This record gives sequence, structure tokens and C-alpha cells, in this order.
Amino acid sequence: MDVAAAETNVWGGGNKPLNASYGKLMMWFFIVSDALTFSGFLVAYGFSRFKNIDSWPIADEVFTHFPFLHGIDAPMYYVALMTFILIFSSVTMVLAVDAGHHMQKGKVIFYMFLTIIGGAIFVGSQAWEWKNFIKGEYGALETKGGQILQFMNADTGKRVALESFAGSIETPRTTHQNSTGLWFIGEGTLSTYSVEEVQQGFAANKNLLVRTQKLNAEEQKTVLSREASLDKMSQAVGVVEGANLIHNEYGNRLFADFFFFITGFHGFHVFSGVIINIIIFLNVIMGTYEKRGHYEMVEKVGLYWHFVDLVWVFVFTFFYLV
Amino acid sequence: MAQEAHKLAIFRGLLKFKSNQQKIWGVLIFLSIVTTIEVFLGIVKPAPLNMMFLRMKLLNWIFIILTIVKAYYIAWDFMHIRDEKSNLKSAIVLPLVILIPYLIFILLAEADYIFDVMRDGFVSWNF
Repeated sequence: MDVAAAETNVWGGGNKPLNASYGKLMMWFFIVSDALTFSGFLVAYGFSRFKNIDSWPIADEVFTHFPFLHGIDAPMYYVALMTFILIFSSVTMVLAVDAGHHMQKGKVIFYMFLTIIGGAIFVGSQAWEWKNFIKGEYGALETKGGQILQFMNADTGKRVALESFAGSIETPRTTHQNSTGLWFIGEGTLSTYSVEEVQQGFAANKNLLVRTQKLNAEEQKTVLSREASLDKMSQAVGVVEGANLIHNEYGNRLFADFFFFITGFHGFHVFSGVIINIIIFLNVIMGTYEKRGHYEMVEKVGLYWHFVDLVWVFVFTFFYLV
Repeated sequence: MAQEAHKLAIFRGLLKFKSNQQKIWGVLIFLSIVTTIEVFLGIVKPAPLNMMFLRMKLLNWIFIILTIVKAYYIAWDFMHIRDEKSNLKSAIVLPLVILIPYLIFILLAEADYIFDVMRDGFVSWNF
């Protein structure tokens, strides 16, 4: 009987059985469903990676840039910095929520401002990261089977860029435009060097070797002998510079697809988080929540913002560390 | 607001803070330390940690465990799950801890199988 009475009291309406308001619960439900969406993406990435476990690109070779340090190999540092920025903006957000609980308007404004700045820096960093990824660094050849051939110097053991050895062959070939030929056939931008020019340059430089996508026992890319390299070179069908959704010079094509998709989707979350934060920030300045008597709205966007940080923790691990 | 009563102890009561702000800074320091360890291991990649453990490198297991630790503290202290009622806690956490490992298990097992087929099959994928 007591149990029944307690049951009616808790769930019978008129009170908050979970001790959370409607808005907060809905934000939590959204976060749970969004977490499942992101885990779907990340697990799909894991699927493709396990499927190609012996030829997946090595993250340390892909993300090597740091602002103002040109040509210096700095893997991980920049993305680590981005992680710290996002964690720190998460902290300022939770401080804003805390100040809201104490109805300190000035502090809420200050901390939300810092949060917005942190989010903006993070989105900007991600854009920079994308720019480097799309632009590429060394360039590569692609075989008919879609395998990427990269180049390295046998003497130094360092990667070699196409521009440093590719030959030059006079050719009247230019990018085909609809206006100058078949109007129904288009063509993307031609690569800086043709396959023949790269092959010629490779044959002329005796100290060059080919690196394939395959990982060897030490988890490094397999380097072919000079004869095998020349043989592989004859199978090349295209030059790849940088990365897009179809080709990528870093190795497996799926790597670029998942990179663009998952970090893009996360970046979109950060971007919308910044926009929502700005709206709430303006509301705080105008005193909306002061009049309402509580700052729960700040708490709700805070939940979303922390979630974005939470997802980044996983993206960071699975794209850059593992 | 009703949630003035924050639970101020982390690490199962090992570390108690005097105020909520202090706890926030404490958690930030903890998260920064964990991230620094991750980045350090990611750059150095100590050779002994390359040994295989349960079909994956030990180093990768460490990364994943540290990530889950970080996720726990972000959710528990920044998102205040620690202060929520246990019903709400379970409603949020249980669907995720049941469904995600299940999804990981089926997709990775399938991917491993496809890898074997591509390696041992009679079709060349590298031409």
C-alpha cells in the first residue's frame, strides 16, 4: 500500500520524477540519440579499417603540420592543441553554468564569451587541418586497382615530393572544357604532372623507390626494391595530389572519406554549438534569464557543448592516436 | 535552482573539493594530464607497448581506456550526471553502454571476416 502511494506521488503528475525539467530531459534524449549516430559513424570507420587492417594510412604521416612551422614534421601536436582548446572551452562553459546557478549575470557573460571564442578557434583549426589534408604534401601515383604508390629516397629514407623529380614532357594537352570540344563531356582539373612525366623522372633518378600501401611487420609502409618499383611504376594510371572524396594520396580512399565525413559532421556540431551559444549569450546580456529567474537555458546549451567535446575525445582517439 | 547540492568528491571519494568551481578546475587538470599522457604515448609509441593483447596492440587498448576515462569525467562532472537521480542516469547511460558495444562487436567481427576473405581468396586486390 505504501509502495502504491509512493508510486502515485512520484509518477502521478505534478512533480518531476527525474528531478529535471522538460527541456533538460529533451536535451538529454537528443544527446543520447546523437551519441548513437556518432558511434554509428565511428564504428563504420572501424569496419573499413579492420577490413583493410594491413594497408590503412598511418596517421602520423598524414597530419604533420603545425602553424608557422613549415616543412617541420610535427605529428599530433596541432591536434593535441585543438583538443586542449576544446576541453578548456568546455570548462568555461561549465563555469558559466555554475555562475548561472548563483545568478551572477556578469560572470555568465564572461565565461560564455570565452566559450564562444574557444569554439571559434577550434572550428578555424579544423578548417586549417582540412586545407592541409586536401592540399596534400608529396603527391602519389595510383594504379589501376586503386592502390597508392608513394615515393622515397633510398639514401635518406625520406619521402620525396613529385615536384622534386618529375620530368617534363612537351604536350599540347590542356584541361578539356565543354566549350572547346564535346559539350556533354567535362573534365576535372588536370594534375600538375602527367603519369608519363612522373614515370620518366622516376626512371632517371636511380635513388628513388616506391612505397606501397601495405604495412610490413613493423607497421610501416612496405618499400619495394628498385626493380619491383620500376615494375609497379609501369602499372600507374593516374597522378594524385592531395585528397578528395574519390582519390587520396595518403593511401586507402576510404580514409579520406571517413575523415571528411566524421570530422566534418563534428565540425558542423561545433559550428552550430557556437551559433547557439551566441544566441544564448545575447539573451544573457539582454537579461532574459535574469527576468525568468533562472539560467537553465545556459545549462541546456552547456549540455550540448560538453557533448561536442565528448565526441571530439573519441574522434581524436580513433583518427589520430589508434 | 534545486541542484545547489553538487556532489563534490571524485575518484570514489578519494579527492574532495570545497566548492563546485574547485571541482571543475580539478577535473580540468585531471583531463589535461590524461590528454598529455595520450599525446606523449602517441608521439613516442614505446616499443614494449606494441605487443598484441586480445588481437589489438596494447598501446591501442591504453588509448581506448584513457578515452573512456575522459568521457566518464566529462559526462559525470561537466554534464552533471553525478548529480542526477539514478533513474535518469540509467536512462541516459544504459542504452549507450548496451547498444554501442553490441554494434562494435558485430561490425568489427564482420570486418575481420571480410579481411580474411580478401587476403585468402583467389582474387587479387592489388593490381
